[in-house]
Amino acid sequence: MSGILVLAADPMLAGDIGLVEVVLTLAKAVVAFAFLLVAVMLMIWFERKLLGGMHQRFGPTIAGPFGILQTLADGTKLFFKEDLVPDRSDRFVFKLAPYLSLIPAFLAFAIVPLGGDFNNGGEVEWWGRTTYLQVADPPIGILLFLAMSSVAVYGVMLAGWSSGSKYPLLGSVRASAQMVSYEAALGLAVASIVLVTGGLSTHDMVVAQAAEGYFGIVPRWNVIVTGLVPFIVFMIAGTAELNRPPFDLVEAEQELVGGFHTEYSSIRFALFFLAEFMNTITMSAIIVTLFFGGPAGPVLVSEVGGVGIAWAWGVVWFFLKLFVLLFCFVWMRATLPRFRYDQLMDLGWKALIPVALGWFLFLTALEVGRERGWNEAAVTVVSLLVFAGAALLLVRAVRSGRRARDREAARADEPSDPVEERA
Amino acid sequence: MAEAVFVVSAVIILAGAIGVVASRNPVHAALFLVQTLVGVAVLFVLNDAHFLAAVQVVVYAGAIVILFLFVIMLLGVDKAEELRIEPIFGQRPLAAVVGAALAAVLGAVVITGADVLTGLRRAGGERSLDGDATDIERMGRVLFGEFAFAVEITAALLTVAVVGAVVLTRRASRSDGSETAGAATAGDA
Repeated sequence: MSGILVLAADPMLAGDIGLVEVVLTLAKAVVAFAFLLVAVMLMIWFERKLLGGMHQRFGPTIAGPFGILQTLADGTKLFFKEDLVPDRSDRFVFKLAPYLSLIPAFLAFAIVPLGGDFNNGGEVEWWGRTTYLQVADPPIGILLFLAMSSVAVYGVMLAGWSSGSKYPLLGSVRASAQMVSYEAALGLAVASIVLVTGGLSTHDMVVAQAAEGYFGIVPRWNVIVTGLVPFIVFMIAGTAELNRPPFDLVEAEQELVGGFHTEYSSIRFALFFLAEFMNTITMSAIIVTLFFGGPAGPVLVSEVGGVGIAWAWGVVWFFLKLFVLLFCFVWMRATLPRFRYDQLMDLGWKALIPVALGWFLFLTALEVGRERGWNEAAVTVVSLLVFAGAALLLVRAVRSGRRARDREAARADEPSDPVEERA
Repeated sequence: MAEAVFVVSAVIILAGAIGVVASRNPVHAALFLVQTLVGVAVLFVLNDAHFLAAVQVVVYAGAIVILFLFVIMLLGVDKAEELRIEPIFGQRPLAAVVGAALAAVLGAVVITGADVLTGLRRAGGERSLDGDATDIERMGRVLFGEFAFAVEITAALLTVAVVGAVVLTRRASRSDGSETAGAATAGDA
């Protein structure tokens, strides 16, 4: 029963745990939480401003310079609004749901490495303790992120159900089907990363990506090592998991009023809004960690006035990469129209999951070939041929299934109901 | 410390389990089930089975109970059920007998020690390949080494079950449209 003491690979927690360790851990958690809250505030402003720019309008301009305090004003307004709980709602679950979507968003952020000099292992030394610049480095590592994203479904689902009204219920049924479907693709993309890293720890993933790259300039980021496909799958599945446009069927305004949070008002609505943006930031941070080397990057100035600041460059690189990804998320939102429900399910089950699984097997074949010392070119060609053959079979199977369905629909006397057809 | 964690999670697990049985609303029962499952995950972590804990949350809390809730919401049985009607005759006395038997078996296991059923005192105790390996490594070696055949058979079984379910539902929808034409081409679905 000594297990409780090895909760993390963090060297600080390996030995005796005294006051300094507890204070440092608490400080890390508080700093990360504060960062997330501030980042959400800025992100909402950034998204509105950027969307405005892409739509050729101004976006928020009034509150503060460039409208940067708009979120603060909106939050204050929401705070003072009347807090309604519908009469036909399940009161306890109705009040619980916002927290169920907020807490997983924050917990998943705990495993993201935020800084450190990864040319030297990524450890920092504060008050004589060697530690990592991340809230926690649990043995299950990236699985914690998957676990939290599967728990996050509860918030949306229960919010819709407990409202005791039709549109929210429809929104939450859509949400649960969508999130459960895309979790599989998300997990398979993560499996590729785990395969090339050889471990689950996010810290080890960044250390592996900080190693010597190709031709001296191309970094050894997983987006290159795993051959781009897992990244594309993860990006699409991640957007669907976040319920962001073009996958925002959960709250499709034209069909469902406001979706699962139609009945929410005041601070409870603000909590959902907060959770949504917190999830976006956490997802971007996870993508940076998995595919773009996290805080790994060159150290330009290693000390200022005798104080070592090599770790701070990690923070700088991390934020730059995070910023680029957040920009991409907003860009996708401004560009792509919303999917239809059957298109969403087709994309998830018939495209993303098979591609992610096939690519994972391809990477596994390469890994096994390298381990056994087989001819690398031959292994690559044979595996790609098998991959292409399987893809062909799958496309044929999907086609013949669709043909059979069309025949069936044509045979039926009365025209079949398209909604029933897709379900 | 470990004992404190055990006591707290045991209380959470038991409260959840009682809640599953006692709550009249099926959605509340499912939520209590989640509480129990998460409590068990904490016990797994306490015993160094980190991977099992993660799988417990991802698969049971994240997928299975979600499916329960999904079905409850789709069928709209989220009101308190009428409890006086007995759908199957003699169901209640039978449930009492089976429940008592199960409780007796569990009690016997707890009293005589864990080794009556599996012969193992603790998970991985006798089978452990090397002391340093994490639980995920050990589990991977056992599942895809020693029991690889069983794993493959299970996977095939699940696939067959899914395909069978799809075929059955498609045949049913066909028969209520046009019964004679449907039977001839039922095989190619």
